[in-house]
Amino acid sequence: MRKPFIIRFLQATSKQGWIAIAVAAVLTLVLLPALHLLLPAGHPFHVSAYVITLVGKIMCYAIVAVAMDLIWGYTGILSLGHGLFFALGGYAFGMYLMRQIGRDGSYQSDLPDFMVFLDWKALPWYWTGSDSILWVLFLVLTVPALVALVFGFFAFRSRIKGVYFSIITQAMVFAAMLFFFRNETGFGGNNGFTDFKRILGYSITAPETRVALFALTATMLLATLVLGRYLVTSKLGRVLAAIRDAESRVMFIGYNPLYYKLFIWTLSALLCGIAGALYVPQVGIINPGEMSPANSIEIAIWVAVGGRATLIGPVLGAFIVNLAKSLFTVAFPEYWLFFLGALFVGVTLWLPDGVVGLWRKLRDERRQGSAA
Amino acid sequence: MRRLILALLCCLSLAVHAAPDPALLRQLAAEESDEKIAAIQKLALSAEPEALALLQQLADGSLKDDKGEEITINNRVRRELEGALAVLKLIDPDVTVRFAAVKEIASNVDVAMAPMLARARDRETEPKIRALLVEAHALATLKDADPQLRIAAARALAGSADPNTQAQLKAQSEPANEPESEVRRAAFQSYLAVKDRLTLAETLGRIFSGLSLGSILLLAALGLAITYGVMGVINMAHGELLMIGAYATYAIQGVFRTHFPEQLDWYLLAAVPVAFFAAAAVGILLERTVIRWLYGRALETLLATWGLSLMLIQAARVIFGAQNVEVANPSWMSGGLEILPSIVLPLNRIVIVGFALFVLALVWALMNRTRLGMFVRAVTQNRAMAGCVGVPTGRIDTVAFALGAGIAGLGGVALSQIANVGPDMGQGYIVDSFMVVVLGGVGQLAGAVWAALGLGIVTKFIESWAGAVIAKIVVLVFIIMFIQKRPQGLFALKGRFVES
Repeated sequence: MRKPFIIRFLQATSKQGWIAIAVAAVLTLVLLPALHLLLPAGHPFHVSAYVITLVGKIMCYAIVAVAMDLIWGYTGILSLGHGLFFALGGYAFGMYLMRQIGRDGSYQSDLPDFMVFLDWKALPWYWTGSDSILWVLFLVLTVPALVALVFGFFAFRSRIKGVYFSIITQAMVFAAMLFFFRNETGFGGNNGFTDFKRILGYSITAPETRVALFALTATMLLATLVLGRYLVTSKLGRVLAAIRDAESRVMFIGYNPLYYKLFIWTLSALLCGIAGALYVPQVGIINPGEMSPANSIEIAIWVAVGGRATLIGPVLGAFIVNLAKSLFTVAFPEYWLFFLGALFVGVTLWLPDGVVGLWRKLRDERRQGSAA
Repeated sequence: MRRLILALLCCLSLAVHAAPDPALLRQLAAEESDEKIAAIQKLALSAEPEALALLQQLADGSLKDDKGEEITINNRVRRELEGALAVLKLIDPDVTVRFAAVKEIASNVDVAMAPMLARARDRETEPKIRALLVEAHALATLKDADPQLRIAAARALAGSADPNTQAQLKAQSEPANEPESEVRRAAFQSYLAVKDRLTLAETLGRIFSGLSLGSILLLAALGLAITYGVMGVINMAHGELLMIGAYATYAIQGVFRTHFPEQLDWYLLAAVPVAFFAAAAVGILLERTVIRWLYGRALETLLATWGLSLMLIQAARVIFGAQNVEVANPSWMSGGLEILPSIVLPLNRIVIVGFALFVLALVWALMNRTRLGMFVRAVTQNRAMAGCVGVPTGRIDTVAFALGAGIAGLGGVALSQIANVGPDMGQGYIVDSFMVVVLGGVGQLAGAVWAALGLGIVTKFIESWAGAVIAKIVVLVFIIMFIQKRPQGLFALKGRFVES
């Protein structure tokens, strides 16, 4: 008899895993917020707003990286277009934030500033309901997933795979970027959405709001990890790995890879959309630059640096690369692209399994050394 | 100073020869401005060189009446005088002045000008200007009081290729402007003829700009077709190889500016081999150091070459600065070829289409007529078997990659002539070039050619009614859908193979 779902869910993660998750939860949900809110600014243990925003932003990236890992690391499909789903989630939530500005924009109009600038008299039809948080959350959950579902259905049905798939996802995100760059598209063109004032009526720059968003992001990241853990240890996860390793054989055995791929692809896009929606209020801007092919391909390097086909790897990778980016762009901006480029080359040549793979290799060597 | 004196002398000699009609001269000297204007108009419409001289003198204030006093003019008269002088430019001895004058006048003719235009037409020796004058005269007679003359004019205009003439004929074919049905019919027929000719010209012009875009895409994608086809390497740094070719052109231009300024026009010819070898050298470096370790792992190659492209971009920024650099067209490439009044083909585009054909012929010959090409094709079709019969597959990989990179360098030379040269220039072409390769089918030169030209022409036609951005999106969406139907591209390699 199959074990009940809840048992399977709990058993997917080992005991140490649950302990690690609990520690991470205490750290991000209690300790960091408390250090930010309760201690005065001059205190040596005070966590500054900069750190909270930076870590919150990177946690959004980490969700994207885990989503990318599910489709690339576990299923072997490299998407170069995940930035689209991230940006779509961000734009959907950005619409709500734009409406929350109300009449506080520079033109004191009910319409967002860029529409006044374009001399539009009313909101376009697709902005209907954007002042309702529930409708916007619905959009965040459905739009990226729906786009992925349609695109994935056609792509996987005609069995496009490997580099072909990577290239057409890149073309997809490139086309979307051009589309969002147009002013007539109705999403702010070049400048996108920015100058947000409020979220649910609370000031978006207040420390409490910031901490709430931070905690929400952390919760979402941990939930993504647990969900990912459950998926990859389930039967579904094993089929996905089989598709990655020998798709033809999976078909000969009698599985139809289409639905498995489609499911994980859509789920991955959904997670990216949520991450985008969490990212926009914390960073305070969303523009078509998020859809540039370069941004999407950078997601792949987070996963590769951390270690493909591991769940903690992408999180580590997202933190390593983005902390390095923050460091470089402040200290020596002209070397950042050299470093990032070398990272791409170095990781693919010498660290195919990423940081986690390196750690495992060292651990195994030490064990063998002590056994001998 | 000397030129001024010469001009004065000319004026004087003309004045000596001029035998102005005393009655007209008296009218010019009249007190009433209206009288003066009437005289000026009469003089202008005579289209005689003497009249030009006379009016010029009047404008200079050096014309004297029979009492020897200078004739003064007010602003209203001066305005009229300027218009008359413009008309009289039609009989200027300088060809370029006449050409500019007839172009200016053709857009705004009046029935009163008809006799003058006829005189200028009969005097004209330059066939190009004469044709324009014939058309201007016919346009003027289109408003004549005599219906027979109007019909003749409308028929004469059937051979025109000018949008303005088209509009005039259309107006003349409407009952509101033309009472005689015969004239309306003639005008309408001519209108249709002109419209057809213009539509054809527009279509031709669009096909040409499509071909021009297509040849640029081809130059960008040809190298990629080789590297991707032969080694299955997704070279994301391909756009940066284009950039290297363009910067090589810039560097050669600098060398010519400082060392051979007299031969500056020919720097582009010297840049072609330099760009080829510079890009090929970088290509060999990339292949030897990075790409060869990743054969058979296409996705990893993609990421590694992306990293290489980032480093090359930053290197270009460090060496040449982050700003775009200026690469000038040589003088023999600037200007255009006017095939019809509405269509001008820029010379640099024509040269680039020719250059693309040249590179294509070169690559085709290399791939199909040399031993090296045979080896490359053998490795493309079946690497293991090629290796078994003694083809040095490793070396072929390097050479093929260098070749692909060098061709990208040649593409960079072409791009430097029409696009901005800057560190980021390659990024804009990478998606396009991949689309060409994917659409054409991997390892197929013919496929790449048809895909590039087809994409270029289709893009330009969509652009004409939807704008550049929408055209680009439509084309990308079309390719994505096309791949669904034919995942192997337009020209798939035939044969049986096991999917890995």
